[in-house]
Amino acid sequence: MTDLTDAISGEKSQIEQFAEREYRYGFVSDIEADVVPRGLNEDIIRLISSKKDEPEWLLEWRLQAYRAWTTMTMPEWQMFHLDPIDFQDMIYYAAPKTKPKLESMDEVDPEMREMFDKLGISLAEQKRLSGVAVDAVVDSASVATTFRKQLAEVGVIFCSFSAAVRDHPDLVRRYLGSVVPFRDNFFSALNSAVFSDGSFCFIPKGVKCPMELSTYFRMNQADTGQFERTLIVAEEGASVSYLEGCTAPKRDNNQLHAAVVEILALDGADVKYSTVQNWYPGDAQGKGGIHNFVTKRGKAMENAKISWTQVETGSAITWKYPSVILQGDNSVGEFYSVALTTHYQVADTGTKMTHIGKNTSSTIVSKGIATHVAQNVYRGLVKVLRSAEGARNFTQCDSLLIGDSCGAHTLPYIEVKNSSAQVEHEAYTSKIGEDQLFYCRQRGISEEDAVSMIVHGFCRDVFKELPMEYVVEARNLLNMKLEGSIG
Amino acid sequence: MTALLEIEGLTASVEGKQILRGLDLELPVGEVHAIMGPNGAGKSTLANVLAGRDGYEVAGSVRLAGADLLEMSPEERAIAGVFLAFQYPVEIPGVGNSYFLRTALNAIRKARGETPLDAIDFMAYTKARMALVEMDPSFLGRSVNEGFSGGERKRNEILQMAILEPRLAILDETDSGLDIDALRIVAQGANSLRRDDRSMLVITHHQRLLDELVPDVVHVLAEGRIVKSGGPELAVALEESGYGILELEGSR
Ligand SMILES: Nc1ncnc2c1ncn2[C@@H]1O[C@H](COP(=O)(O)OP(=O)(O)OP(=O)(O)O)[C@@H](O)[C@H]1O
Ligand SMILES: [Mg+2]
Repeated sequence: MTDLTDAISGEKSQIEQFAEREYRYGFVSDIEADVVPRGLNEDIIRLISSKKDEPEWLLEWRLQAYRAWTTMTMPEWQMFHLDPIDFQDMIYYAAPKTKPKLESMDEVDPEMREMFDKLGISLAEQKRLSGVAVDAVVDSASVATTFRKQLAEVGVIFCSFSAAVRDHPDLVRRYLGSVVPFRDNFFSALNSAVFSDGSFCFIPKGVKCPMELSTYFRMNQADTGQFERTLIVAEEGASVSYLEGCTAPKRDNNQLHAAVVEILALDGADVKYSTVQNWYPGDAQGKGGIHNFVTKRGKAMENAKISWTQVETGSAITWKYPSVILQGDNSVGEFYSVALTTHYQVADTGTKMTHIGKNTSSTIVSKGIATHVAQNVYRGLVKVLRSAEGARNFTQCDSLLIGDSCGAHTLPYIEVKNSSAQVEHEAYTSKIGEDQLFYCRQRGISEEDAVSMIVHGFCRDVFKELPMEYVVEARNLLNMKLEGSIG
Repeated sequence: MTALLEIEGLTASVEGKQILRGLDLELPVGEVHAIMGPNGAGKSTLANVLAGRDGYEVAGSVRLAGADLLEMSPEERAIAGVFLAFQYPVEIPGVGNSYFLRTALNAIRKARGETPLDAIDFMAYTKARMALVEMDPSFLGRSVNEGFSGGERKRNEILQMAILEPRLAILDETDSGLDIDALRIVAQGANSLRRDDRSMLVITHHQRLLDELVPDVVHVLAEGRIVKSGGPELAVALEESGYGILELEGSR
């Protein structure tokens, strides 16, 4: 009896032994930054707005959002403990001091370019080969958008949010907040009040965007929150595939990332949004790490399709529900998610599919993986309104546990007001099987390779939704995080 | 006649329950030995212990070509040439069968100092071996054992044995759950993998497998040890009279 217990605890310490794979993106770059004073009030918002030369209407919108926010309280239904956040002890704007208004990549600050090189983001020529246009947001400001010219030739606008406010104010004014109103929730109100930059993307009628669009977010400055805003509008029959990646330096305290992403897919449009999230997760004792509290929502009009794919491996806490409002008839919403949590990480993620139009359909595939003492929650809502004749949903959410101390929770909510709707739900939780591991090892495959193989197999249905260029990246990221999650 | 596998005084227990109680067995190079015995006697336990499965408290000695097998991890044993065809092969969802097999083969080839096979070479390497167990190539594209019928899983085990070319193959009831045709295919497939430099330990309850894969020696495992050994005729006698005859002979 004791021997067996020993064998098991011996196993665990072996698991722990492997554990220390350093966070590779934890460096801090020495880039001079222009920061506003700590704290939040109307003057700070005015200051942010004036630093960005914003039009009066936008300042007004921010102030309204701020006033709404002051009447709201933090949500408390989440499945994790959250220390109170002191919103007055945060810096709401930090922009790299070098001028963000750059025309060519060659003008980017060398320090900054070096940082991007470390991140493995080549803003320069390499990307031309892979045909990916990149916008990079460091702390609050967007520093470079590649390929703007080529995209402009087909009428695609892809630029930083600030540039969009400057160059396309009518478009921004028309669509900002149309999918996620500032009143939507506590963090969307906060974001609307203080958002600093982000990406704007507009695909005109009938245009298939000729390349992948991609934004990289990087938090560099200490004590800053990052509040970026992404707005994607695909007009009738347009299509685009968009990817977002993120990293942050290691810091001992928690940093808040409260972004808003809005997608509007007009009739017949097709938008695919993929995220590879690798914010700093904190150390193995649970100290530090990003609080990733993001509101992401798309609205799909007639025959339109919006597809979210996310690979979430970073952040101390990931708390987000990329959602689709299936407004138009025959519209389609998809959510494919892999969330891997290790050590003290928490992921409380899922989606919300709201069926309004007739014959709308949604698919949800969620794969949660937890190791060490991490917690992984799938929370999803499928809501079929009375109007949604013939709506269909398929949900599959599976959890894989590695070791005995981690947890997985599945919280599916279903509200159906139309009897013709078909809603299907499947959920499994499994422990990474001793049987599976032994089977692989008996065939000569090392334990680490076996774990990686089993996890990748588990995630396959999600990975196949990622754009080809990013599958390798996502796989490597997963391997890096898994290295050390089991003995 | 050198021994490939030498087991002496092997004991194994799980959660304080003793299953193997001092088992001795010698398997010479190139021979096929059958192991028969009542349900619960410890046959699968023996197979698992030889393959290095965790969770057993093991004592005694096991040598493979002179090397201490009990010291090695499961993957080291596999690389040393130990192959176990499982009684209950598991599913690994989302992992392609061919990817799995190629990874396994390349892990073993690498350890032997051979070059790894790429996907194309692997296909060529595998094709003939699939024919051996009359498996349709479409199985390569599916996930490991996922949705395979019981019989298909067993064939897949023999296929893996053909691919990995072990020097010690342990077949744990590879014949159970097979229909008549599948049994013949699996038995002939296994028999065709007989080599002068390969030994097999064949755990079975049925004579029929042994009609094709004729053993050099038949052992009876009961209550955690080998209680009787004999030629192929012992299997025939057991099939006719059951394990009751052992008690009559007072072989304990
Ligand atoms: N992990 C375990 N925990 C508890 N008991 C076990 C465990 N593994 C095996 N046993 C017990 O050990 C005994 C031997 O099991 P084993 O599977 O080796 O038998 P077997 O000879 O292969 O039987 P069968 O012919 O039915 O396959 C059985 O009584 C079984 O219940
Ligand atoms: Mg058995």
